[in-house]
Amino acid sequence: MNTTAKDRAWSDLIQPARVHGSLYHDPAIFALELARIWYRTWVYVGHESEIPRAHDFVMKSIGPTPVLMTRDGRGRVHLLLNRCPHRGNEVCAEQSGNRRSFVCPFHAWSFGSDGSLHSVAFPDGYDGLQRDQLGLAHVSRVASYGGFVFGSMASDGPTLADYLGGAAETIDRLLAFSPEGEVELTTGFLQHRVKANWKFVLENETDGYHPAFVHASVFGVSDSSIGALYGADSRALSRDYGNGHTELDLRPEFRRLGQPLGWFGTSAERFPDYVAAMNLAHGEQRAREILIDGTPHVMIFPNLFIAEIQIFVLQARAVDDTVQHVTALQFKGAPQLNRRLRQQTMGSVGPAGLLLADDAAMYERNQRGIAARDPQWLYLARGLHREQRDAQGYRVGGATDEVPSRGIWRHYRQWMESSA
Amino acid sequence: MNAAVSMRASLDEVTQFIYREARLQDEHQYAAWEALWTDDGVYWLPANGEGVDPEQEMSILYDNRSRIALRVRQLLSGKRHAQLPPSRLRRLISNIEIMAIDGEELSVDCNSLVFESNARGETLWVARNHYRLRRVADELRMAFKKVVLVNNDRALFTVAFLL
Repeated sequence: MNTTAKDRAWSDLIQPARVHGSLYHDPAIFALELARIWYRTWVYVGHESEIPRAHDFVMKSIGPTPVLMTRDGRGRVHLLLNRCPHRGNEVCAEQSGNRRSFVCPFHAWSFGSDGSLHSVAFPDGYDGLQRDQLGLAHVSRVASYGGFVFGSMASDGPTLADYLGGAAETIDRLLAFSPEGEVELTTGFLQHRVKANWKFVLENETDGYHPAFVHASVFGVSDSSIGALYGADSRALSRDYGNGHTELDLRPEFRRLGQPLGWFGTSAERFPDYVAAMNLAHGEQRAREILIDGTPHVMIFPNLFIAEIQIFVLQARAVDDTVQHVTALQFKGAPQLNRRLRQQTMGSVGPAGLLLADDAAMYERNQRGIAARDPQWLYLARGLHREQRDAQGYRVGGATDEVPSRGIWRHYRQWMESSA
Repeated sequence: MNAAVSMRASLDEVTQFIYREARLQDEHQYAAWEALWTDDGVYWLPANGEGVDPEQEMSILYDNRSRIALRVRQLLSGKRHAQLPPSRLRRLISNIEIMAIDGEELSVDCNSLVFESNARGETLWVARNHYRLRRVADELRMAFKKVVLVNNDRALFTVAFLL
Protein backbone atom coordinates (compact mmCIF):
# COMPACT_ATOMS: atom_id res chain seq x y z
CA MET A 1 0.00 0.00 0.00
CA ASN A 2 1.36 3.40 -1.02
CA THR A 3 0.64 6.70 0.60
CA THR A 4 1.14 9.65 -1.69
CA ALA A 5 1.94 13.17 -0.59
CA LYS A 6 -1.48 14.35 -1.72
CA ASP A 7 -3.08 11.77 0.54
CA ARG A 8 -1.75 13.29 3.73
CA ALA A 9 -4.86 15.43 3.57
CA TRP A 10 -6.94 12.51 4.87
CA SER A 11 -5.54 13.02 8.35
CA ASP A 12 -6.82 16.58 8.10
CA LEU A 13 -10.32 15.33 7.32
CA ILE A 14 -10.62 12.29 9.60
CA GLN A 15 -9.52 12.55 13.18
CA PRO A 16 -10.19 10.21 16.10
CA ALA A 17 -13.32 11.97 17.35
CA ARG A 18 -14.36 14.20 14.49
CA VAL A 19 -14.71 14.10 10.71
CA HIS A 20 -14.91 16.90 8.17
CA GLY A 21 -18.26 17.69 6.55
CA SER A 22 -16.81 17.67 3.04
CA LEU A 23 -16.51 13.88 3.28
CA TYR A 24 -20.28 13.74 2.77
CA HIS A 25 -20.78 16.25 -0.01
CA ASP A 26 -17.61 16.69 -2.08
CA PRO A 27 -18.06 14.94 -5.47
CA ALA A 28 -14.27 14.57 -5.80
CA ILE A 29 -14.20 12.56 -2.57
CA PHE A 30 -17.05 10.39 -3.84
CA ALA A 31 -15.07 9.65 -7.02
CA LEU A 32 -12.09 8.59 -4.89
CA GLU A 33 -14.36 6.42 -2.73
CA LEU A 34 -15.46 4.53 -5.81
CA ALA A 35 -11.85 3.82 -6.77
CA ARG A 36 -10.52 3.04 -3.30
CA ILE A 37 -13.48 1.40 -1.58
CA TRP A 38 -16.36 0.35 -3.83
CA TYR A 39 -14.24 -0.86 -6.76
CA ARG A 40 -11.59 -2.43 -4.59
CA THR A 41 -12.70 -3.82 -1.25
CA TRP A 42 -15.10 -6.74 -0.70
CA VAL A 43 -18.62 -5.50 -1.41
CA TYR A 44 -21.76 -7.55 -0.79
CA VAL A 45 -23.53 -8.24 -4.09
CA GLY A 46 -26.28 -10.84 -3.63
CA HIS A 47 -27.31 -14.09 -2.03
CA GLU A 48 -26.93 -17.56 -3.51
CA SER A 49 -30.61 -18.28 -2.84
CA GLU A 50 -31.54 -15.63 -5.42
CA ILE A 51 -30.08 -17.84 -8.18
CA PRO A 52 -30.86 -21.38 -6.99
CA ARG A 53 -30.84 -23.18 -10.37
CA ALA A 54 -28.27 -23.51 -13.15
CA HIS A 55 -28.36 -20.50 -15.50
CA ASP A 56 -30.37 -18.32 -13.09
CA PHE A 57 -29.36 -14.67 -13.06
CA VAL A 58 -30.23 -11.53 -11.15
CA MET A 59 -29.13 -7.93 -11.70
CA LYS A 60 -27.24 -6.46 -8.76
CA SER A 61 -24.73 -3.65 -8.34
CA ILE A 62 -21.43 -2.51 -6.93
CA GLY A 63 -21.85 1.19 -6.27
CA PRO A 64 -23.30 2.80 -9.41
CA THR A 65 -22.19 -0.13 -11.60
CA PRO A 66 -24.72 -2.86 -12.48
CA VAL A 67 -23.42 -6.38 -11.83
CA LEU A 68 -25.03 -9.50 -13.23
CA MET A 69 -24.91 -12.34 -10.71
CA THR A 70 -25.24 -15.66 -12.52
CA ARG A 71 -25.01 -19.36 -11.80
CA ASP A 72 -23.43 -21.34 -14.61
CA GLY A 73 -24.26 -24.88 -15.73
CA ARG A 74 -21.81 -26.32 -13.24
CA GLY A 75 -23.32 -24.40 -10.31
CA ARG A 76 -20.56 -21.81 -9.99
CA VAL A 77 -21.54 -18.21 -9.16
CA HIS A 78 -20.19 -15.42 -11.38
CA LEU A 79 -20.32 -11.65 -11.09
CA LEU A 80 -20.31 -10.19 -14.58
CA LEU A 81 -20.25 -6.64 -15.86
CA ASN A 82 -23.17 -5.84 -18.12
CA ARG A 83 -21.18 -4.46 -21.03
CA CYS A 84 -20.62 -6.08 -24.40
CA PRO A 85 -16.88 -6.35 -25.11
CA HIS A 86 -17.61 -5.50 -28.74
CA ARG A 87 -19.03 -1.97 -28.68
CA GLY A 88 -20.01 -1.49 -25.05
CA ASN A 89 -23.75 -2.13 -25.34
CA GLU A 90 -25.74 -3.16 -22.28
CA VAL A 91 -26.11 -6.91 -22.79
CA CYS A 92 -28.92 -7.77 -20.35
CA ALA A 93 -31.92 -5.49 -19.72
CA GLU A 94 -33.83 -7.89 -17.47
CA GLN A 95 -33.75 -7.80 -13.69
CA SER A 96 -33.78 -11.56 -13.22
CA GLY A 97 -34.50 -14.79 -15.04
CA ASN A 98 -32.95 -17.96 -16.37
CA ARG A 99 -30.76 -17.92 -19.47
CA ARG A 100 -28.16 -20.27 -20.89
CA SER A 101 -26.92 -17.39 -22.99
CA PHE A 102 -27.08 -13.62 -23.11
CA VAL A 103 -27.31 -12.17 -26.59
CA CYS A 104 -26.25 -8.58 -27.14
CA PRO A 105 -29.06 -7.02 -29.20
CA PHE A 106 -26.67 -4.69 -31.09
CA HIS A 107 -24.69 -7.22 -33.21
CA ALA A 108 -25.88 -10.54 -31.77
CA TRP A 109 -22.73 -11.55 -29.92
CA SER A 110 -23.72 -14.18 -27.39
CA PHE A 111 -22.29 -15.09 -24.02
CA GLY A 112 -22.71 -18.04 -21.70
CA SER A 113 -24.03 -17.84 -18.15
CA ASP A 114 -20.35 -17.94 -17.10
CA GLY A 115 -19.67 -14.83 -19.21
CA SER A 116 -17.62 -16.59 -21.87
CA LEU A 117 -18.08 -15.59 -25.52
CA HIS A 118 -20.22 -18.20 -27.27
CA SER A 119 -20.55 -16.86 -30.79
CA VAL A 120 -20.33 -13.77 -32.94
CA ALA A 121 -22.45 -12.97 -35.99
CA PHE A 122 -20.79 -13.43 -39.39
CA PRO A 123 -17.52 -14.72 -37.88
CA ASP A 124 -15.66 -14.76 -41.21
CA GLY A 125 -15.39 -10.99 -40.84
CA TYR A 126 -12.73 -11.54 -38.16
CA ASP A 127 -9.21 -12.79 -38.68
CA GLY A 128 -8.14 -14.72 -35.58
CA LEU A 129 -10.79 -13.65 -33.04
CA GLN A 130 -9.36 -14.07 -29.54
CA ARG A 131 -12.47 -15.55 -27.99
CA ASP A 132 -11.00 -15.97 -24.52
CA GLN A 133 -10.28 -12.21 -24.44
CA LEU A 134 -13.77 -11.20 -25.53
CA GLY A 135 -16.08 -12.54 -22.83
CA LEU A 136 -18.04 -10.39 -20.40
CA ALA A 137 -15.76 -8.86 -17.78
CA HIS A 138 -15.78 -10.54 -14.38
CA VAL A 139 -15.59 -8.92 -10.99
CA SER A 140 -12.04 -10.04 -10.22
CA ARG A 141 -12.72 -11.98 -7.05
CA VAL A 142 -15.91 -13.67 -5.89
CA ALA A 143 -16.36 -15.37 -2.53
CA SER A 144 -19.29 -16.20 -0.33
CA TYR A 145 -19.93 -16.73 3.34
CA GLY A 146 -23.14 -18.37 4.52
CA GLY A 147 -24.63 -17.88 1.06
CA PHE A 148 -23.84 -14.15 1.05
CA VAL A 149 -21.87 -13.45 -2.14
CA PHE A 150 -19.24 -10.74 -2.09
CA GLY A 151 -17.19 -9.37 -4.95
CA SER A 152 -13.92 -7.46 -5.07
CA MET A 153 -12.84 -5.66 -8.22
CA ALA A 154 -9.22 -5.75 -7.03
CA SER A 155 -7.28 -8.73 -8.34
CA ASP A 156 -5.57 -9.13 -5.00
CA GLY A 157 -6.07 -8.11 -1.42
CA PRO A 158 -7.22 -9.75 1.79
CA THR A 159 -9.37 -12.87 1.47
CA LEU A 160 -13.07 -12.54 2.30
CA ALA A 161 -12.50 -14.51 5.52
CA ASP A 162 -9.70 -12.14 6.56
CA TYR A 163 -11.82 -9.16 5.58
CA LEU A 164 -14.88 -10.27 7.56
CA GLY A 165 -12.72 -11.19 10.54
CA GLY A 166 -14.67 -11.39 13.76
CA ALA A 167 -17.84 -10.12 12.07
CA ALA A 168 -18.23 -13.53 10.37
CA GLU A 169 -19.45 -14.82 13.71
CA THR A 170 -22.52 -12.58 13.46
CA ILE A 171 -23.45 -14.33 10.21
CA ASP A 172 -23.03 -17.68 11.99
CA ARG A 173 -25.44 -16.43 14.64
CA LEU A 174 -27.91 -15.50 11.92
CA LEU A 175 -27.71 -18.89 10.20
CA ALA A 176 -28.30 -20.66 13.51
CA PHE A 177 -31.87 -19.34 13.38
CA SER A 178 -32.61 -21.75 10.57
CA PRO A 179 -33.16 -25.37 11.59
CA GLU A 180 -31.30 -26.15 8.35
CA GLY A 181 -28.58 -23.56 8.84
CA GLU A 182 -29.50 -21.47 5.79
CA VAL A 183 -31.13 -18.15 5.07
CA GLU A 184 -32.98 -17.42 1.85
CA LEU A 185 -33.83 -14.14 0.17
CA THR A 186 -36.88 -15.10 -1.82
CA THR A 187 -39.48 -12.37 -1.33
CA GLY A 188 -38.20 -9.60 -3.62
CA PHE A 189 -36.59 -6.28 -2.76
CA LEU A 190 -37.88 -2.82 -1.95
CA GLN A 191 -35.65 -0.01 -3.21
CA HIS A 192 -35.65 3.08 -1.03
CA ARG A 193 -33.83 6.09 -2.42
CA VAL A 194 -32.54 9.02 -0.40
CA LYS A 195 -30.95 12.25 -1.47
CA ALA A 196 -28.07 11.81 0.91
CA ASN A 197 -24.55 10.48 1.08
CA TRP A 198 -24.14 6.76 1.64
CA LYS A 199 -22.06 7.22 4.78
CA PHE A 200 -24.94 8.88 6.62
CA VAL A 201 -26.86 5.65 6.00
CA LEU A 202 -23.88 3.44 6.82
CA GLU A 203 -23.22 5.12 10.16
CA ASN A 204 -26.86 5.26 11.16
CA GLU A 205 -27.28 1.48 10.89
CA THR A 206 -25.30 0.95 14.08
CA ASP A 207 -26.08 4.26 15.74
CA GLY A 208 -27.92 3.46 18.95
CA TYR A 209 -28.25 7.11 19.93
CA HIS A 210 -30.98 8.07 17.45
CA PRO A 211 -33.85 5.56 17.91
CA ALA A 212 -35.28 7.18 21.04
CA PHE A 213 -35.79 10.39 19.08
CA VAL A 214 -36.14 9.55 15.41
CA HIS A 215 -38.51 6.64 16.10
CA ALA A 216 -40.40 8.17 19.01
CA SER A 217 -43.56 8.28 16.90
CA VAL A 218 -43.60 4.47 16.62
CA PHE A 219 -42.66 3.77 20.22
CA GLY A 220 -45.36 6.16 21.38
CA VAL A 221 -48.25 4.64 19.44
CA SER A 222 -47.40 0.92 19.28
CA ASP A 223 -46.39 -1.77 21.74
CA SER A 224 -42.88 -1.87 20.24
CA SER A 225 -40.20 -2.64 22.82
CA ILE A 226 -37.34 -1.40 20.64
CA GLY A 227 -37.20 1.93 22.44
CA ALA A 228 -35.97 0.47 25.72
CA LEU A 229 -33.06 -1.26 23.96
CA TYR A 230 -31.59 2.13 23.22
CA GLY A 231 -32.54 3.88 26.44
CA ALA A 232 -30.15 5.30 28.99
CA ASP A 233 -30.38 2.12 31.12
CA SER A 234 -29.77 -0.32 28.29
CA ARG A 235 -27.06 -2.92 28.82
CA ALA A 236 -26.73 -3.45 25.07
CA LEU A 237 -23.30 -2.86 23.56
CA SER A 238 -21.96 -1.14 20.51
CA ARG A 239 -19.00 -2.96 18.99
CA ASP A 240 -16.26 -2.27 16.44
CA TYR A 241 -15.05 -5.50 14.85
CA GLY A 242 -12.37 -3.71 12.83
CA ASN A 243 -12.28 -3.44 9.02
CA GLY A 244 -15.24 -1.07 9.31
CA HIS A 245 -17.66 -3.78 10.53
CA THR A 246 -19.80 -2.69 13.45
CA GLU A 247 -22.54 -4.11 15.62
CA LEU A 248 -25.19 -3.19 18.12
CA ASP A 249 -25.10 -6.24 20.37
CA LEU A 250 -28.54 -6.42 21.94
CA ARG A 251 -28.05 -9.83 23.56
CA PRO A 252 -27.51 -8.45 27.09
CA GLU A 253 -31.00 -6.92 26.96
CA PHE A 254 -32.61 -10.02 25.44
CA ARG A 255 -30.91 -12.24 28.03
CA ARG A 256 -32.29 -9.99 30.74
CA LEU A 257 -35.73 -10.57 29.23
CA GLY A 258 -34.89 -14.28 29.08
CA GLN A 259 -37.78 -15.23 26.81
CA PRO A 260 -37.34 -17.25 23.61
CA LEU A 261 -38.38 -15.02 20.66
CA GLY A 262 -38.91 -12.16 23.12
CA TRP A 263 -36.53 -10.08 20.96
CA PHE A 264 -39.09 -10.46 18.15
CA GLY A 265 -41.97 -9.26 20.31
CA THR A 266 -43.51 -12.71 20.47
CA SER A 267 -43.13 -16.03 22.23
CA ALA A 268 -42.10 -19.59 21.45
CA GLU A 269 -45.63 -20.86 22.17
CA ARG A 270 -46.89 -19.16 19.04
CA PHE A 271 -44.38 -20.99 16.80
CA PRO A 272 -44.56 -24.63 17.95
CA ASP A 273 -43.43 -26.19 14.65
CA TYR A 274 -40.47 -23.87 14.37
CA VAL A 275 -39.37 -24.38 17.96
CA ALA A 276 -39.65 -28.15 17.56
CA ALA A 277 -37.45 -27.99 14.45
CA MET A 278 -34.92 -25.83 16.29
CA ASN A 279 -34.85 -28.23 19.25
CA LEU A 280 -34.19 -31.08 16.86
CA ALA A 281 -31.43 -29.19 15.05
CA HIS A 282 -29.60 -27.70 18.02
CA GLY A 283 -30.78 -29.57 21.11
CA GLU A 284 -33.24 -27.99 23.51
CA GLN A 285 -30.77 -26.04 25.64
CA ARG A 286 -28.86 -24.53 22.72
CA ALA A 287 -32.06 -23.80 20.79
CA ARG A 288 -33.40 -21.93 23.79
CA GLU A 289 -30.22 -19.83 24.00
CA ILE A 290 -30.38 -19.01 20.28
CA LEU A 291 -34.04 -18.02 20.50
CA ILE A 292 -33.41 -15.82 23.55
CA ASP A 293 -30.35 -14.09 22.04
CA GLY A 294 -32.06 -13.06 18.81
CA THR A 295 -30.55 -12.38 15.42
CA PRO A 296 -27.67 -9.94 14.94
CA HIS A 297 -27.74 -6.22 14.19
CA VAL A 298 -24.53 -5.85 12.24
CA MET A 299 -23.21 -3.56 9.51
CA ILE A 300 -20.68 -5.26 7.25
CA PHE A 301 -18.65 -2.48 5.63
CA PRO A 302 -19.43 -0.94 3.24
CA ASN A 303 -22.91 -2.14 2.30
CA LEU A 304 -24.47 -5.19 3.99
CA PHE A 305 -26.66 -4.38 6.96
CA ILE A 306 -28.16 -7.40 8.69
CA ALA A 307 -30.93 -5.88 10.79
CA GLU A 308 -32.40 -8.69 12.90
CA ILE A 309 -35.30 -9.51 10.58
CA GLN A 310 -34.22 -8.11 7.23
CA ILE A 311 -31.17 -7.13 5.26
CA PHE A 312 -30.41 -3.79 3.68
CA VAL A 313 -27.95 -3.53 0.83
CA LEU A 314 -26.56 -0.02 0.54
CA GLN A 315 -25.88 1.24 -2.95
CA ALA A 316 -23.91 4.46 -3.37
CA ARG A 317 -24.99 5.93 -6.73
CA ALA A 318 -23.66 9.50 -6.43
CA VAL A 319 -22.37 11.74 -3.68
CA ASP A 320 -25.95 12.57 -2.65
CA ASP A 321 -27.86 9.62 -4.10
CA THR A 322 -28.10 6.39 -2.11
CA VAL A 323 -30.45 3.44 -2.44
CA GLN A 324 -31.20 0.91 0.26
CA HIS A 325 -32.30 -2.43 -1.20
CA VAL A 326 -34.21 -4.24 1.51
CA THR A 327 -35.83 -7.64 1.88
CA ALA A 328 -37.08 -9.87 4.67
CA LEU A 329 -34.77 -12.60 5.91
CA GLN A 330 -36.31 -16.01 5.41
CA PHE A 331 -34.95 -18.97 7.35
CA LYS A 332 -34.93 -22.29 5.58
CA GLY A 333 -37.19 -24.75 7.36
CA ALA A 334 -39.05 -22.04 9.31
CA PRO A 335 -42.27 -21.17 7.43
CA GLN A 336 -44.12 -20.12 10.59
CA LEU A 337 -41.43 -17.63 11.52
CA ASN A 338 -40.95 -16.45 7.94
CA ARG A 339 -44.46 -15.07 7.62
CA ARG A 340 -43.94 -12.84 10.64
CA LEU A 341 -40.55 -11.77 9.26
CA ARG A 342 -42.23 -10.63 6.05
CA GLN A 343 -45.05 -8.80 7.82
CA GLN A 344 -42.77 -6.99 10.26
CA THR A 345 -40.30 -6.08 7.52
CA MET A 346 -43.01 -4.60 5.31
CA GLY A 347 -44.41 -2.57 8.18
CA SER A 348 -41.13 -1.09 9.29
CA VAL A 349 -38.92 -0.52 6.25
CA GLY A 350 -38.93 0.66 2.65
CA PRO A 351 -40.23 3.98 1.29
CA ALA A 352 -43.41 3.89 3.41
CA GLY A 353 -41.93 2.10 6.43
CA LEU A 354 -43.05 3.14 9.88
CA LEU A 355 -39.38 3.25 10.94
CA LEU A 356 -37.28 3.76 7.81
CA ALA A 357 -39.20 6.70 6.35
CA ASP A 358 -38.11 8.67 9.40
CA ASP A 359 -34.48 7.53 9.11
CA ALA A 360 -34.61 8.64 5.48
CA ALA A 361 -35.92 12.02 6.57
CA MET A 362 -32.89 12.33 8.86
CA TYR A 363 -30.45 11.37 6.08
CA GLU A 364 -31.85 14.04 3.81
CA ARG A 365 -31.93 16.68 6.56
CA ASN A 366 -28.35 15.73 7.33
CA GLN A 367 -27.34 16.22 3.70
CA ARG A 368 -29.01 19.64 3.63
CA GLY A 369 -27.61 20.62 7.01
CA ILE A 370 -24.06 19.81 6.12
CA ALA A 371 -24.13 22.24 3.23
CA ALA A 372 -23.88 25.03 5.80
CA ARG A 373 -20.21 25.96 6.06
CA ASP A 374 -19.73 26.04 9.83
CA PRO A 375 -18.91 24.33 12.07
CA GLN A 376 -16.99 22.33 9.48
CA TRP A 377 -16.75 19.19 11.61
CA LEU A 378 -19.05 16.42 12.83
CA TYR A 379 -18.45 15.56 16.45
CA LEU A 380 -18.07 11.82 17.20
CA ALA A 381 -16.77 11.75 20.77
CA ARG A 382 -19.78 10.16 22.43
CA GLY A 383 -18.60 7.41 24.78
CA LEU A 384 -14.90 7.89 23.94
CA HIS A 385 -14.05 8.07 27.65
CA ARG A 386 -15.77 4.76 28.38
CA GLU A 387 -14.66 2.69 25.38
CA GLN A 388 -13.45 -0.74 26.45
CA ARG A 389 -12.15 -3.94 24.91
CA ASP A 390 -14.27 -7.07 25.07
CA ALA A 391 -12.93 -10.59 25.68
CA GLN A 392 -11.98 -10.90 22.00
CA GLY A 393 -10.22 -7.55 22.03
CA TYR A 394 -12.83 -5.62 20.03
CA ARG A 395 -13.71 -2.08 21.03
CA VAL A 396 -17.08 -1.89 22.79
CA GLY A 397 -19.18 0.87 24.29
CA GLY A 398 -22.67 1.51 25.52
CA ALA A 399 -25.69 1.13 23.25
CA THR A 400 -25.81 4.85 22.51
CA ASP A 401 -22.05 5.40 22.16
CA GLU A 402 -20.36 6.31 18.89
CA VAL A 403 -17.93 3.40 18.94
CA PRO A 404 -19.29 2.15 15.58
CA SER A 405 -18.90 5.49 13.78
CA ARG A 406 -15.35 5.88 15.03
CA GLY A 407 -14.58 2.34 13.88
CA ILE A 408 -16.05 2.99 10.43
CA TRP A 409 -13.98 6.13 9.98
CA ARG A 410 -10.79 4.50 11.22
CA HIS A 411 -11.16 1.84 8.55
CA TYR A 412 -12.32 4.30 5.89
CA ARG A 413 -9.28 6.49 6.40
CA GLN A 414 -6.95 3.52 6.09
CA TRP A 415 -8.42 2.54 2.70
CA MET A 416 -8.68 6.07 1.40
CA GLU A 417 -5.06 6.75 2.30
CA SER A 418 -3.84 3.75 0.37
CA SER A 419 -3.95 4.32 -3.36
CA ALA A 420 -2.80 0.84 -4.37
CA MET B 1 -84.54 0.76 -12.66
CA ASN B 2 -82.47 -1.09 -15.20
CA ALA B 3 -78.81 -2.00 -14.77
CA ALA B 4 -77.52 0.85 -16.95
CA VAL B 5 -79.26 3.51 -14.86
CA SER B 6 -78.09 1.96 -11.64
CA MET B 7 -74.54 1.91 -12.98
CA ARG B 8 -74.61 5.61 -13.90
CA ALA B 9 -75.94 6.60 -10.52
CA SER B 10 -73.25 4.52 -8.87
CA LEU B 11 -70.52 6.12 -10.95
CA ASP B 12 -71.51 9.58 -9.68
CA GLU B 13 -71.50 8.39 -6.12
CA VAL B 14 -68.22 6.55 -6.57
CA THR B 15 -66.59 9.56 -8.21
CA GLN B 16 -67.64 11.82 -5.35
CA PHE B 17 -66.30 9.30 -2.86
CA ILE B 18 -62.92 9.03 -4.57
CA TYR B 19 -62.59 12.80 -4.95
CA ARG B 20 -63.37 13.16 -1.26
CA GLU B 21 -60.72 10.61 -0.35
CA ALA B 22 -58.22 12.46 -2.55
CA ARG B 23 -58.95 15.77 -0.85
CA LEU B 24 -58.64 14.29 2.65
CA GLN B 25 -55.28 12.77 1.67
CA ASP B 26 -53.97 15.98 0.10
CA GLU B 27 -54.98 17.97 3.16
CA HIS B 28 -53.64 15.50 5.74
CA GLN B 29 -57.03 14.94 7.37
CA TYR B 30 -55.90 11.59 8.66
CA ALA B 31 -58.76 10.76 11.02
CA ALA B 32 -61.41 11.61 8.44
CA TRP B 33 -59.51 9.48 5.89
CA GLU B 34 -59.32 6.55 8.30
CA ALA B 35 -63.10 6.76 8.77
CA LEU B 36 -63.50 5.90 5.07
CA TRP B 37 -62.30 2.34 5.72
CA THR B 38 -64.43 -0.68 6.56
CA ASP B 39 -63.49 -2.61 9.69
CA ASP B 40 -61.69 -5.21 7.57
CA GLY B 41 -59.99 -2.79 5.17
CA VAL B 42 -56.75 -3.71 3.42
CA TYR B 43 -54.40 -1.07 2.00
CA TRP B 44 -51.74 -2.32 -0.42
CA LEU B 45 -48.92 -0.75 -2.42
CA PRO B 46 -47.19 -3.56 -4.29
CA ALA B 47 -43.56 -3.32 -5.39
CA ASN B 48 -41.98 -4.70 -8.55
CA GLY B 49 -45.05 -4.70 -10.75
CA GLU B 50 -48.75 -5.35 -10.33
CA GLY B 51 -48.33 -7.46 -7.22
CA VAL B 52 -49.20 -11.13 -7.13
CA ASP B 53 -49.42 -12.23 -3.50
CA PRO B 54 -48.72 -9.74 -0.73
CA GLU B 55 -48.57 -12.60 1.76
CA GLN B 56 -45.49 -13.93 -0.02
CA GLU B 57 -43.69 -10.95 -1.52
CA MET B 58 -42.31 -7.63 -0.35
CA SER B 59 -44.71 -4.73 -0.83
CA ILE B 60 -44.08 -1.04 -0.28
CA LEU B 61 -47.04 -1.12 2.06
CA TYR B 62 -49.44 -3.89 3.02
CA ASP B 63 -51.60 -2.79 5.92
CA ASN B 64 -54.46 -4.64 7.52
CA ARG B 65 -57.03 -2.53 9.35
CA SER B 66 -55.08 -2.40 12.60
CA ARG B 67 -51.91 -1.32 10.80
CA ILE B 68 -53.86 1.38 8.93
CA ALA B 69 -54.90 2.65 12.36
CA LEU B 70 -51.30 2.47 13.58
CA ARG B 71 -50.10 4.40 10.53
CA VAL B 72 -52.69 7.10 11.18
CA ARG B 73 -51.79 7.29 14.89
CA GLN B 74 -48.15 7.71 13.90
CA LEU B 75 -49.02 10.54 11.49
CA LEU B 76 -51.09 12.19 14.21
CA SER B 77 -48.33 11.81 16.82
CA GLY B 78 -46.59 15.00 15.75
CA LYS B 79 -43.32 13.02 15.64
CA ARG B 80 -43.54 11.43 12.20
CA HIS B 81 -40.39 13.16 10.96
CA ALA B 82 -40.90 12.06 7.36
CA GLN B 83 -43.96 14.34 7.36
CA LEU B 84 -42.55 17.22 9.39
CA PRO B 85 -43.41 19.57 7.89
CA PRO B 86 -46.15 17.77 5.93
CA SER B 87 -45.59 17.47 2.19
CA ARG B 88 -47.57 19.94 0.13
CA LEU B 89 -49.78 17.79 -2.07
CA ARG B 90 -52.33 17.95 -4.85
CA ARG B 91 -53.55 15.02 -6.83
CA LEU B 92 -55.60 14.56 -9.94
CA ILE B 93 -57.86 11.53 -10.26
CA SER B 94 -59.16 10.45 -13.61
CA ASN B 95 -60.31 7.50 -15.75
CA ILE B 96 -62.67 6.30 -13.04
CA GLU B 97 -64.31 3.06 -14.16
CA ILE B 98 -66.60 0.67 -12.39
CA MET B 99 -65.09 -2.65 -13.34
CA ALA B 100 -67.55 -4.98 -11.64
CA ILE B 101 -70.54 -4.95 -9.33
CA ASP B 102 -70.86 -7.76 -6.86
CA GLY B 103 -73.89 -7.20 -4.66
CA GLU B 104 -73.01 -4.32 -2.34
CA GLU B 105 -69.36 -4.33 -3.39
CA LEU B 106 -68.08 -2.31 -6.31
CA SER B 107 -64.76 -2.90 -7.98
CA VAL B 108 -63.49 0.48 -9.19
CA ASP B 109 -60.31 1.50 -10.99
CA CYS B 110 -58.86 4.95 -11.64
CA ASN B 111 -55.61 6.72 -12.44
CA SER B 112 -53.97 9.18 -10.07
CA LEU B 113 -51.22 11.72 -10.48
CA VAL B 114 -49.89 13.24 -7.27
CA PHE B 115 -47.59 16.24 -7.11
CA GLU B 116 -45.54 16.35 -3.89
CA SER B 117 -43.45 19.30 -2.79
CA ASN B 118 -41.21 19.07 0.25
CA ALA B 119 -37.72 20.07 1.39
CA ARG B 120 -36.11 17.47 -0.87
CA GLY B 121 -37.79 18.86 -3.97
CA GLU B 122 -40.73 18.09 -6.20
CA THR B 123 -41.83 14.53 -6.91
CA LEU B 124 -44.51 13.13 -9.18
CA TRP B 125 -46.27 9.92 -8.15
CA VAL B 126 -48.38 8.26 -10.82
CA ALA B 127 -50.47 5.19 -10.17
CA ARG B 128 -53.33 2.95 -11.14
CA ASN B 129 -55.62 2.61 -8.13
CA HIS B 130 -57.95 -0.34 -7.56
CA TYR B 131 -60.74 -0.04 -5.03
CA ARG B 132 -63.30 -2.38 -3.61
CA LEU B 133 -66.06 -0.24 -2.15
CA ARG B 134 -68.83 -1.49 0.10
CA ARG B 135 -71.93 0.08 1.57
CA VAL B 136 -71.85 0.43 5.34
CA ALA B 137 -74.85 2.17 6.90
CA ASP B 138 -75.74 3.50 3.45
CA GLU B 139 -72.32 5.13 2.96
CA LEU B 140 -69.58 3.94 0.65
CA ARG B 141 -66.48 2.65 2.44
CA MET B 142 -63.16 1.29 1.25
CA ALA B 143 -62.76 -2.43 1.90
CA PHE B 144 -59.65 -2.63 -0.26
CA LYS B 145 -57.36 -0.14 -1.94
CA LYS B 146 -54.41 -1.12 -4.07
CA VAL B 147 -52.10 1.55 -5.45
CA VAL B 148 -49.86 0.38 -8.29
CA LEU B 149 -47.20 3.02 -8.84
CA VAL B 150 -45.96 3.09 -12.42
CA ASN B 151 -42.34 3.06 -11.23
CA ASN B 152 -42.71 0.67 -8.30
CA ASP B 153 -39.93 -1.53 -9.70
CA ARG B 154 -37.37 1.23 -9.28
CA ALA B 155 -35.78 3.04 -6.38
CA LEU B 156 -38.36 5.35 -4.82
CA PHE B 157 -38.02 8.29 -2.49
CA THR B 158 -39.87 8.14 0.81
CA VAL B 159 -43.65 8.05 0.53
CA ALA B 160 -44.82 8.87 4.03
CA PHE B 161 -47.96 10.76 3.00
CA LEU B 162 -51.15 8.87 2.08
CA LEU B 163 -51.12 7.63 -1.50
